Amino acid sequence: MVRRLRRTALYIPGNDPSMILNSGIFGADSIVLDLEDAVSINEKDSSRILVRNALQNVDFGASEVVVRINALSTPFGKQDIEAIVCPRLDAIRLPKCEYADDIMELEKILDRVEEEKGLKKGSVSIMPLIESAMGSYNAVQIAKASRRNSAVNFGGEDYTADMGAQRTREGAELLDIRMRILLAARIAGIDALDTVFGNLNDEEGLLEETKLIKQLGFDGKSIIHPRQIRLIHDVFTPSEKEINKARRIIEAIEEAEKRKSGVVALDGRMIDAPVVAKARRVLAFAEAVGLV
Amino acid sequence: MNLNTIGREVPGSIEGIGTLRPFEGAFKRIPDGVMKAPKIPCVERGGDKILPSLKDALKEAGLRDGMTLSFHHHLRNGDYVVSMVLDLIAEMGFRDMTIAPTALFPVHKSIIRHIESGVVKAIQGSVNGPIGRLASNGGLEIPVLLRSHGGRARAIEAGDLSVDIAFIAAPSCDKYGNINGVGGSSSCGSLGYCMADAMYADKVIAITDNLVPYPLYPVSIPQIYVDYIVQVDQIGDPSGIVSGTLKITRDPLRLLIAEHAARVIEASGLLEEGFSFQTGAGGISLAVAGYVKDMMKDKKIKGSFGSGGITGFFVQMLEEGMFDALLDVQSFDMDAVRSLRENQGHVEMSASYYANPHNKGCAVNQLDAVILGATQVDTKFNVNVNTESDGVLLHGIGGHMDTAAGAKLTIITTPLLRGRLPMIVDDVITVTSPGETIDVVVTERGIAVNPMRHELAERMKASRLPVVPIEKLRDEAYRISGKPENPKFTDRIIGVVEYRDGTVIDVVRQVISVS
Amino acid sequence: MEISGKTAQAGTLESGDILITITLGEEDKGIEIELESPSQAVYGQQIYNTITGTLNDLGVRTAYVKAQDRGALDCTISARVEAAALRALKK
Repeated sequence: MVRRLRRTALYIPGNDPSMILNSGIFGADSIVLDLEDAVSINEKDSSRILVRNALQNVDFGASEVVVRINALSTPFGKQDIEAIVCPRLDAIRLPKCEYADDIMELEKILDRVEEEKGLKKGSVSIMPLIESAMGSYNAVQIAKASRRNSAVNFGGEDYTADMGAQRTREGAELLDIRMRILLAARIAGIDALDTVFGNLNDEEGLLEETKLIKQLGFDGKSIIHPRQIRLIHDVFTPSEKEINKARRIIEAIEEAEKRKSGVVALDGRMIDAPVVAKARRVLAFAEAVGLV
Repeated sequence: MNLNTIGREVPGSIEGIGTLRPFEGAFKRIPDGVMKAPKIPCVERGGDKILPSLKDALKEAGLRDGMTLSFHHHLRNGDYVVSMVLDLIAEMGFRDMTIAPTALFPVHKSIIRHIESGVVKAIQGSVNGPIGRLASNGGLEIPVLLRSHGGRARAIEAGDLSVDIAFIAAPSCDKYGNINGVGGSSSCGSLGYCMADAMYADKVIAITDNLVPYPLYPVSIPQIYVDYIVQVDQIGDPSGIVSGTLKITRDPLRLLIAEHAARVIEASGLLEEGFSFQTGAGGISLAVAGYVKDMMKDKKIKGSFGSGGITGFFVQMLEEGMFDALLDVQSFDMDAVRSLRENQGHVEMSASYYANPHNKGCAVNQLDAVILGATQVDTKFNVNVNTESDGVLLHGIGGHMDTAAGAKLTIITTPLLRGRLPMIVDDVITVTSPGETIDVVVTERGIAVNPMRHELAERMKASRLPVVPIEKLRDEAYRISGKPENPKFTDRIIGVVEYRDGTVIDVVRQVISVS
Repeated sequence: MEISGKTAQAGTLESGDILITITLGEEDKGIEIELESPSQAVYGQQIYNTITGTLNDLGVRTAYVKAQDRGALDCTISARVEAAALRALKK
């Protein structure tokens, strides 16, 4: 199966019909229709209906369609789920996750709603959003809490507020949560997504941050504007050189297997399991982007 | 009623306009006959041409009922001249004028009053929103005759449009009638659109708020064409004449369209040393220019010229050495006015030089690529820029059909939908530019190439551009919005769209209900 | 569903949206719609049908609806009518 890419997750305000209509044309890997922070308390009801209708009518292209619902502790979260679950919904992004129980509660509701709507059980995945000290501390438990989980991500603004930290361009204040999110994602076998980069005019800053999170091992990043897509996709797309090298590694290992040889070398360097794993990851990415 | 070659009904003649010649193809009409010549003039030696008042000038020019008066729009939405002249004519009690403006703006809404009172009987040239709406509701006895910039110059030179008195709004003028647009508090840059008027009208009245010592230089309109000069306090409101720096759109959807359009140009193979290019001043157009500029820099190539209405963006490209010259028929902003005044490579051109198909060569014929807009495009690639989806005549033609016909590559950029309204439809309500002159239509949801341009389509596919049949774009628009109903019209013709060669490409009918 | 006689709004005047103001009537006088739309000439009937259909689905039989359209699609119109009606019914 082709790997699902999650390089970019584009937030779209849930109460803006124009932006929702056009959200599919920019080529973001995921679209996150936002019922939470982007919607004022007085418009929670109307945007819920708007997003429900949009999910049934708007063409989101090849993008994965995600809705960020309101936290289950608010009066809106459960109603959001009832309204939006439908065949086109791929995932729910659950904000303010602090404990594994938050995920299990959502899972239970989804089990029921999917059955009521005649959908296959598990068709809607969960993307926990961690944005507090407690959530960060429990990240591994949260990521492992449900087989529905597909990607764990974090919100930098709320998290730094909770930590008493300052948000900076360089992002030293996010070092710990980034590592925790990655750790949790890898233990749970799901994707790790980075927080948004807020300054739209600072392309260089976005480039540096994207290179950093790719280096760390993240699979992608949430974004707030379509013009951030190209740059992030470029960073995450393996270069021709990387792809060729990965190919040669896989060829070498297959050749060695045929010869039943235990030790494999390429260009005088030993190829061991982690090198092969990395090469496979590069090729899977390249395939998903359509480069191989 | 006859059908022209694109299947539009054209009556044999219309009262108040005369015999109509149906459109037969963009490059089919071979003109015959001779060009019009104005009367041989004679002035006394010495002295000046300054008259005490506009009223005196009108009297001297022999103003009578039923004359044809021409105006130009270089002062855009700051223009005082059209209203000044028509208000005075009304006050003097004259009636039944035909006005021939190069374009109209919201500031000219007083014309409505003069139409209703019978001072203005007909319009040849251009309309804008409120006046077009009036026409669409049947408010003009004689249909509006719409012409492009090139077509209007052709009509004047061929004698189809015979101007009795031309009014020149003159930002700078000397006592003997030399005029330019680059000095004075009402400076507007190029005076390109009114040059044919000055050369061919029986009488020419210059109205100025900046009388300078003789001889004025540089000269845009020379003394040999000007009969009378009138001094007034102000010919226009500077804040409405030139805009501030025009901004490239920030709307991601429009930027996506612009980027696609730029990549179409790159894929076409035309983006080489000596590239020539025209865009409008709209947000998408400027964004395309921005992308093209970056591509030219990357490829280290220099363009030959940019043309049309000139913006600061093109001026910057000239100043950075990315174009050898700018050919300027109207200057949109302060930078363009300054550049026309200071830079030898920034050249003023007349509407005839720019776009008249029946002279010995116009600038659009030398264009590699042009970016144009549309209010509708149909699956035959016909473009409408005159009527809106509800059938109301709201816009003039500008240089649309001229540049589309002249340029090697004509690209229409448009969102697939405006609001709910599909921009790609089965049949446009009004044909402005025929499909045979349109090469590519770029939307945010795909790019359609005219099937006549097979090789271009192949080049674009090779560049991995999202090329789709135009029918697919129409289907997509109808799927999102629903199939539009046709607006309802009466049989009465309220507008005639003249093709640049003088044939009739389409007519516009009165709408039944207008909200 | 009981008719409350209350007025409520939903939607906005932003491009692509529609502002619906709905007043639920006391008697069975049907649904009256006042529509202002840039798409009136080509989608007017479709918009009337969408508004009426949405209200019927909600069991609303008597209402005065003011619809200030800015080029909304049917799914948006329907969402705004539903939201406005539910708000009115809740009052």
